[in-house]
Amino acid sequence: MLIIDCPYCGPRDQSEFSNGGEAHVKRPDGSAEIGDREWGEYVFIRANPKGIFYERWVHSHGCRKWFNCVRDTSTDEILKIYKIDEERPKLDSFKNNVKTPSGEPNLGSGNFTVKK
Amino acid sequence: MKKKYSIFSIAKNALKGHKDWPKMWRSPEPREFYDVIIIGGGGHGLGTAYYLAKEHGLKNIAVIEKGWLGGGNTGRNTTIIRSNYLWDDSAHLYEHSLKLWENLSTELNYNVMFSQRGVMNLAHNEHDIKEIKRRVSANNLNGIDSLWLSKEEIQKKVPIMNTDNLRYPVLGASYQPRGGTARHDAVAWGFAMRADEMGVDVIQNCEAHQIKTKNGKIEGVETSKGFIRANKVGVVASGHTGVLAETAGIRLPLQSKPLQALVSEPIKPIIDTVVMSSAVHAYVSQSDKGELVIGAGTDGYNSFTQRGGFDIIEETVRAMVELYPVFGKMKMLRQWGGIVDICPDASPIISKCDIEGLFFNCGWGTGGFKATPGSANVFAHTIAKNEAHQINSAFNLDRFASGKLVDEHGAAAVAH
Repeated sequence: MLIIDCPYCGPRDQSEFSNGGEAHVKRPDGSAEIGDREWGEYVFIRANPKGIFYERWVHSHGCRKWFNCVRDTSTDEILKIYKIDEERPKLDSFKNNVKTPSGEPNLGSGNFTVKK
Repeated sequence: MKKKYSIFSIAKNALKGHKDWPKMWRSPEPREFYDVIIIGGGGHGLGTAYYLAKEHGLKNIAVIEKGWLGGGNTGRNTTIIRSNYLWDDSAHLYEHSLKLWENLSTELNYNVMFSQRGVMNLAHNEHDIKEIKRRVSANNLNGIDSLWLSKEEIQKKVPIMNTDNLRYPVLGASYQPRGGTARHDAVAWGFAMRADEMGVDVIQNCEAHQIKTKNGKIEGVETSKGFIRANKVGVVASGHTGVLAETAGIRLPLQSKPLQALVSEPIKPIIDTVVMSSAVHAYVSQSDKGELVIGAGTDGYNSFTQRGGFDIIEETVRAMVELYPVFGKMKMLRQWGGIVDICPDASPIISKCDIEGLFFNCGWGTGGFKATPGSANVFAHTIAKNEAHQINSAFNLDRFASGKLVDEHGAAAVAH
């Protein structure tokens, strides 16, 4: 279970929040002209990285405000929380814990208890 | 020499203290080149290699696995098998699988402990009743055994269930008598052993790092044991399929989330069928050891931690205790999570892609185990013939451009 630091209410339990998926997804311009494939990608495909992930949360059982978050999906560590109108933090300002596609970080994955 | 298991071999080895059982498969080092490399040594991947060798005459095949066989979602699911899906396309796919399950122990000469104890899906409100009755009718039109049970019939089958005195009372259920459970590890081991006998290299502790392509064609796979060339590569890596696809520059409509399960202390036989409820979110069966095998839900956010949130367990345990007050004082022994790859329409992708020689079998989300032999069978066909089998033709990648989705959120049981 995560503790999420709502930028408006402070730290609260994750069960108060709902996840809104990938952040910074832009609706393609000229939707009348673009092909089915490009439109399908916009509708159905979202980033799904193992590692640094930019995502949206909403404080559903609190202030009901949306905000953005950078989280490491390999450890669930929350790296940065920023308001919806703030600039997207640069990717290289975060450390990548995952060396290979299926690699595990040294600490923080569900499997760390079996590691020395 | 085909390894045979019989009552005599068990008796013989019992007298010798079970010390002389032969190794079930070799542990080869990878060759430089394979006709087909399967990434992912779970049930689906090993099954694919088995059917490629058996039905399509391919011999130069490798299955590469990052950890140990069946250590991913094959060993983490709640082993429920059924085929009561709504749409024709899914019904055909899951029923194809169920038919293979019914003969799998004989075919592999290895006991996968397939137990057709029936699967029940509970209805808790007016909408559930309509939806489930519709699905029962759709199943019957597709020749799948499925029937509607009244509350009284449910009480007869599962006397320990509290049907009335709870927030969401039990109003009825669908029931598939041919559904049931199987031993998950045995499926992976059985396929691995028989594939190995036909010359398939099953390579464990071999992690795929990058899928290499050149001019729109597959070259091979960069692994922790070096680069391996291949004509064709099939990716069956469940939660990590999307991450591997990215290494070949392909974006798949998948989101990876932890799905949890838990197991209780063993008790005497108390429930002889599988009971699922997607409305209150609890499903349960009893293993041969006597443990209750309980399925929980997915976390509401993407994650690759094989652990899952505690609030999800709380929700499931709450529903369990309401439905079965008799379990209220039981202790839970273990809890774990597996990373599932969820598709927008809760249906799988068994498809080729833009890159020649690269194939995906993914998006099984929260319900892939039941499909293991069927999925492997049609995926082997897709890889061998470079085109989909009739049964998996609807489960292509193009549906996310055409919009011809196979929406199975209702039948998928675990809401995602």
